[in-house]
Amino acid sequence: MMTTNPDKGIVAFVSDCMRWAFTGGTVFKIYLAVVLILMVMGGVAYSRQFQEGLIVTGMTNIVSWGLYISNFTFFVGVAAAAVMLILPAYMLKDKDLQEVVIIGEGVAVGALVMCLMFITVDMGSPLKVWHMIPGIGLFNWPSSILTWDVLVLNGYLALNGLVPLYILYCNYNNRKPVGWKYMPFVFLSIFWAVSIHMTTAFLYQGLPARPFWNNPLLGPRFLASAFAAGPAVIMMVLIAIKEQTTYPVDINIFRKLNRIIVVSAVINLIMLFSEVFKEFYNFTHHSLSAQYLFFGLDGHDSLVPWIWTAISLNIFGTLLFAFGPSIKYRPRYLMLAAASLFTGIWIEKGFGLIIPGFVPSPMGEVVDYTPSSTEIMITLGVLATGALVVTLLIKPALIILRKHKEDAVETTASC
Amino acid sequence: MSSENKKDEEMKTNKVLAGKTTRRNFMKNLSIAAAAGSAGLVTGGCAGSATSEEAGLKWEEYFKNNYRLMTQKEKDETVARLVRLAKLRDNRDIQMSNQGPHENVLFGYAFNISRCKGYMDCVEACVQENNLDRKSKTQYIRIFEMDPGQLDPTTGDGKFHHEVPVDGKFYMGVQCFHCENAPCIKACPTKATWREPDGIVVVDYDWCIGCRYCLAACPYWGRRFNWGDPQVPEAEVNVDQHYLGNRMRMKGVMEKCTFCVQRTRKGKLPACANACPTGSRVFGNLLDPNSEIRFVLANKKVFRFKEELGTDPKFWYFMD
Repeated sequence: MMTTNPDKGIVAFVSDCMRWAFTGGTVFKIYLAVVLILMVMGGVAYSRQFQEGLIVTGMTNIVSWGLYISNFTFFVGVAAAAVMLILPAYMLKDKDLQEVVIIGEGVAVGALVMCLMFITVDMGSPLKVWHMIPGIGLFNWPSSILTWDVLVLNGYLALNGLVPLYILYCNYNNRKPVGWKYMPFVFLSIFWAVSIHMTTAFLYQGLPARPFWNNPLLGPRFLASAFAAGPAVIMMVLIAIKEQTTYPVDINIFRKLNRIIVVSAVINLIMLFSEVFKEFYNFTHHSLSAQYLFFGLDGHDSLVPWIWTAISLNIFGTLLFAFGPSIKYRPRYLMLAAASLFTGIWIEKGFGLIIPGFVPSPMGEVVDYTPSSTEIMITLGVLATGALVVTLLIKPALIILRKHKEDAVETTASC
Repeated sequence: MSSENKKDEEMKTNKVLAGKTTRRNFMKNLSIAAAAGSAGLVTGGCAGSATSEEAGLKWEEYFKNNYRLMTQKEKDETVARLVRLAKLRDNRDIQMSNQGPHENVLFGYAFNISRCKGYMDCVEACVQENNLDRKSKTQYIRIFEMDPGQLDPTTGDGKFHHEVPVDGKFYMGVQCFHCENAPCIKACPTKATWREPDGIVVVDYDWCIGCRYCLAACPYWGRRFNWGDPQVPEAEVNVDQHYLGNRMRMKGVMEKCTFCVQRTRKGKLPACANACPTGSRVFGNLLDPNSEIRFVLANKKVFRFKEELGTDPKFWYFMD
């Protein structure tokens, strides 16, 4: 029907998107300023780390991965969680979720950008990164799980960037996206989403040197926690859009997300319980990391308050979602639930997973790890960059979708 | 069987080598051209020839290949560049070797836990020999003071600081165990760490990107990372260096015990075994039936650390 419309062209598309991305009210301008300031501070902190080396972080030869890799691990989950919208929207043709699937994809792209940045800032010799590029470097594939992770993360970034881009570009030109051109990639991205998080879990799970990680439940638990925390992030973004803009977000969407979150969060808690049982029913030498995490070891207990906060938030958020009023849309209630669950899983899966893997060390030594201020600033800078990417992607996308919908209504009316 | 495997490995490396020729030449030409360009940039086309030479050498170093893929000529060239750079940068005269492994040599180590008294001469010798960072007090060797009734060094005290030997205690040294099935090698995303044909697990410091996945993968805590710029007082620098061994490292790369590759490939003992006043450290060629290490393995009761992980270390403990 609208296929005869002439293209407005790539240049117009890009310039329109840029315009829509950066224009907004006072609240938006303040938000943008905060994000940019954080990014600049992160950049300054990183330039210091770049010059002096990772010695400016709190990491040591015993706890050799810290805040960066913790956040990397968590945000891989957030990226993977887009599949919880993509699957029902494209495959089950769920009308409500089709409206917001673009937001899920935008969040995934932002999360992946953060993941790649966290990996880069964690590198000791970032200038040598070309050594890992297949063809000009030496890529230790398939032996090293890290090379698998590089492949799946970049592949997923491409899938989640290109499919929505194609659909938006069609909508922008008032054309209907052609199914066979993008549906195979949607299919692929569903399997791919699972693979990015399983591969990331295998990074840790495959190391017999670290009994705390060397656990077959790690991968499945990564998925369950991701499918709870990811939709929680998406819900927070949706609430912000519904409250701050005029873009219509149907209440049914919140109900459906709520259901997804409850199921995943409960499965996650069951698995957490199963792990805790295994560690403490018969305490072995391999349970020392868990003891360090939950109760402290040899007078070192810096993670104890964190993990109990995380578990409390986790259970609190899950209960709010499970027993909340599902008929009425209550933004504050949902925001609280989503924020609790998100924060709980963030701490548990980031800090609570990475640090105890290193403590005690393979030689039995127990130390505490505290991130340095430089490390925290760089982390905040990366998080701000992710937020900016999500914003700049979603804003023009929503405008295009809305225009397209209005045009469609007009066309049908005039017929 | 294992020698056949070794042959296979060599052939594979050669094949890769052949395949890389064009790219290597391309990169080399590119780097030479760029070096000339950057040299011009740095000096502004006049004076300061030392600076421009340094910049050019650094540039070529940046684009060089993984050590395992270099031809002998390229290995010699990079060594020459590094020697020259040491002179230009620190006015230091060093010798650097790139000597390869000998035929029919497989290095192994045995540690006598009834003889060691915890004097730590080995640790000190290792620090001196291998140019280990004095600022962060990096040490490849750890000595654990053990209570009787235990054979697992993780139960011992690795930070003892008192007069030794202490009655009723015994001592256990740990370092990189040069595993035949090393988890660190499998983990490395860039093949910057590998096992040489003579059994030494080495790191190409210039190829390592500093991701520290190998450190996480090692069950023996055998690897050390350069968190900052390593520092060695000029007077204490060991100028007798090897490309894969004790040459100066830089920040952001991994390093580890190399069984003192710069010494052992010349037929000397590693510094630790050489320094040990009690004769607790036995080092030698596992393929030589008359070596002391073979005698220990044949006649003593030996065991290895974390045997259940299947890493097949080339480091045994034994008692008199």
